[in-house]
Amino acid sequence: MATTQDKKNQTGSGFVYLPLIAGWLVPGGGHFLLRKWGRGALLAVSILAMFAIGIAMQGKLYAGAHDILEMLCLAGDLCGGLLYFVSRAAGWGADQVTQTTGDYGTRFIVVAGLLNIIAAVDAHNLRTGRKA
Amino acid sequence: MFRPSHFAAVVLFALFASVVFGITQRETPRQMFRYGLYCFVLFVGSAVALSWIMYLIAR
Repeated sequence: MATTQDKKNQTGSGFVYLPLIAGWLVPGGGHFLLRKWGRGALLAVSILAMFAIGIAMQGKLYAGAHDILEMLCLAGDLCGGLLYFVSRAAGWGADQVTQTTGDYGTRFIVVAGLLNIIAAVDAHNLRTGRKA
Repeated sequence: MFRPSHFAAVVLFALFASVVFGITQRETPRQMFRYGLYCFVLFVGSAVALSWIMYLIAR
């Protein structure tokens, strides 16, 4: 249960979208900024593990989009923030999916990005006081 | 290369998604745990149920 002082600290002055941006760039980063260490750590481990498993399964990292489905997948990948950009720079992931596990891996990567956005929005809600 | 079975992939997916859902959709730790567990059971349970349905349809 959050105390009145905690809420006052969370809803204080400063850039209100910082936890949202930090949470997008680094999984759990928004919660760490708000000193929600336990929640942030669990979110970070879950999202990082899901992304890493997707890469390990030779999932595809979308670089461009030729149809609406690929566009949605690219948007999901981009939601991963730095995870996506670092992975693209390092050349991780497959260019083409050739095995069933690669297809699963692609979905793991996309969903990891979507979960990252949910976590970032949660950090924003904590920052604005909409959630305790 | 990591090559889990279909069921292992479902369990891993359900585990990570349930943790995030639990933390983000509820307010107290107790509610988070209960909702996360609920999501996990629904994820895995629906995958098993759909698998059986597809198996029976394919016969």
